[in-house]
Amino acid sequence: MYGNDYETPDAQRARQLEDTPESFRELLATEGRVEPRDEMPDAYRRTLVRQIAQHAHSEIIGMQPEGNWISRAPSLRRKAILMAKVQDEAGHGLYLYAAAETLGVDRADLLDALHSGRQKYSSIFNYPTLTWADVGAIGWLVDGAAIVNQVPLCRCSYGPYARAMVRVCKEESFHQRQGFEILHTLSHGSPAQKAMAQDAVDRYWFPALMMFGPPDDNSPNSARSMAWGIKRHSNDDLRQRFVDMTVPQAQALDLTLPDPEIRWNEDRGHHDFAEIDFTELFEVIKGNGPCNQQRMEHKVRAHEEGAWVREAAAAFAAKQAAGEGAA
Amino acid sequence: MTKGLTRYLLALGDDALVSSQRMAWWISRSPQIEEDIAMANLGLDQLGQARSLLAYAGEVEGNGRSEDDLAYLRDERDFLNVCLVEREQKDFGVAMVRLLMFSAWQHELYAALTGSTDLTLAGVAGKAVKETAYHLDHAEHWVLRLGDGTEESHLRMQAALDAEWPWLAELFDNSFVNEDLLLQGIAIDPASLRESVEGRIAGVIGRATLARPDVADALSRGREGRHTEQMGYLLAEMQHLARSHPEVTW
Ligand SMILES: [Fe+2]
Ligand SMILES: [Fe+2]
Repeated sequence: MYGNDYETPDAQRARQLEDTPESFRELLATEGRVEPRDEMPDAYRRTLVRQIAQHAHSEIIGMQPEGNWISRAPSLRRKAILMAKVQDEAGHGLYLYAAAETLGVDRADLLDALHSGRQKYSSIFNYPTLTWADVGAIGWLVDGAAIVNQVPLCRCSYGPYARAMVRVCKEESFHQRQGFEILHTLSHGSPAQKAMAQDAVDRYWFPALMMFGPPDDNSPNSARSMAWGIKRHSNDDLRQRFVDMTVPQAQALDLTLPDPEIRWNEDRGHHDFAEIDFTELFEVIKGNGPCNQQRMEHKVRAHEEGAWVREAAAAFAAKQAAGEGAA
Repeated sequence: MTKGLTRYLLALGDDALVSSQRMAWWISRSPQIEEDIAMANLGLDQLGQARSLLAYAGEVEGNGRSEDDLAYLRDERDFLNVCLVEREQKDFGVAMVRLLMFSAWQHELYAALTGSTDLTLAGVAGKAVKETAYHLDHAEHWVLRLGDGTEESHLRMQAALDAEWPWLAELFDNSFVNEDLLLQGIAIDPASLRESVEGRIAGVIGRATLARPDVADALSRGREGRHTEQMGYLLAEMQHLARSHPEVTW
């Protein structure tokens, strides 16, 4: 597909949809929703399973960095808000696994794929939360970037995914506001609190920008996902949208984004910002981030230590069913 | 009187706070996602109870201490929770057995406190009685399933029950309750809950095919601020950030 850059978008789209069922093309053309029983190309199904599973895994692994501060939250009110937030992320994982299951896969198999490293989760969660301000920075920047990525998914061509995203996005915007509020309190607090907030933003800014994926000229699957109505905007467009949204918020927070090149570009009607060095992202994706091992060990240990519980629950349910059958 | 009521509120508030702290450990470490969510619910309910009780304790005491002052700035010897809830619970069976005991007791207590002549306390109890009904239900559900699940789960649950049982009796200790509070219908004598709470627990462990442990009570004196060694670490972790930055808001 690299050789086809001279194609018009429409021609490219048509080519991507060659050899797909008529009913499927019809649905996409009319912006209808593909439902689980509808005919769909195998590659579409596989792409969705991979994307939804990776998204679900990200919600679940994403519980860890912020969960790291529940026991140490500096006020009872903040502790309650944080517990509820991490709980929401578990809920997001559940909706998404349920959406993936409508495509004919099992949650247990998807979890196995995560645990064995065959499926991935968002690299952002391989960074450590070093201070309380990181909880604020994650809410503001990471949930903020997630919203920009996910709002277009509410119109995704696959119905169950789109509907799950509507629920998820509502909660993510709460999270983003809570994160902003944490940072706002810190940046208007003591000098030590302000420094803590600035340090967190310094560390999370570029990783958050990398959540939108590689630049468009290096994003091999984008064209197809766009033709299929799974993806609506390019990585770079979404990244730009996030920068434009975040710059004024940083000013309101009285915190500096760690990029001296950020400035408003009147001609483009957007903020310019520095070119991102993606070498780090690729290192983290390869498994060399500060927390890759820790996140997986935590998840796998919890799963293994819970095995006897799940087995017992299944055995009990089977006994009950047999008992009812006998009676 | 004021001192007696403050002490009573602190004891109940500390029970809920410390239990919540242990419960929250499970979020992201549960056997399945549904349970991560349930553990968070339980912990959040308990945290809510703690906040109401500690805030009210500060009010009654009259020295201007907030819920956070009481949670973050008291030392270990001033915490009045029972030792049952402070000990580590990194085994799911232990967590559920302990929840069965604690929520059975809390449920009976709060049901009785809805009739307290102290209307603030009665109000807290009115909310908590509904929450603890759900907690008890959740614990019963798991103790049944795990007690009567597989051979392994049965053994693990019996071991969990044996380990937790000695710490149950402290819930009925009434030495910290001022007699005037009882006479005025403000507080409930924990000793009066013993029969119904133990009956409730016995019923569940019987149906779960578990045996009532034949073990002696532990010398558990949390109500006097005499805790286990694990309590200090729990507080060190919970309090350190707040104490590192005195006089700020978060
Ligand atoms: Fe989420
Ligand atoms: Fe979120």
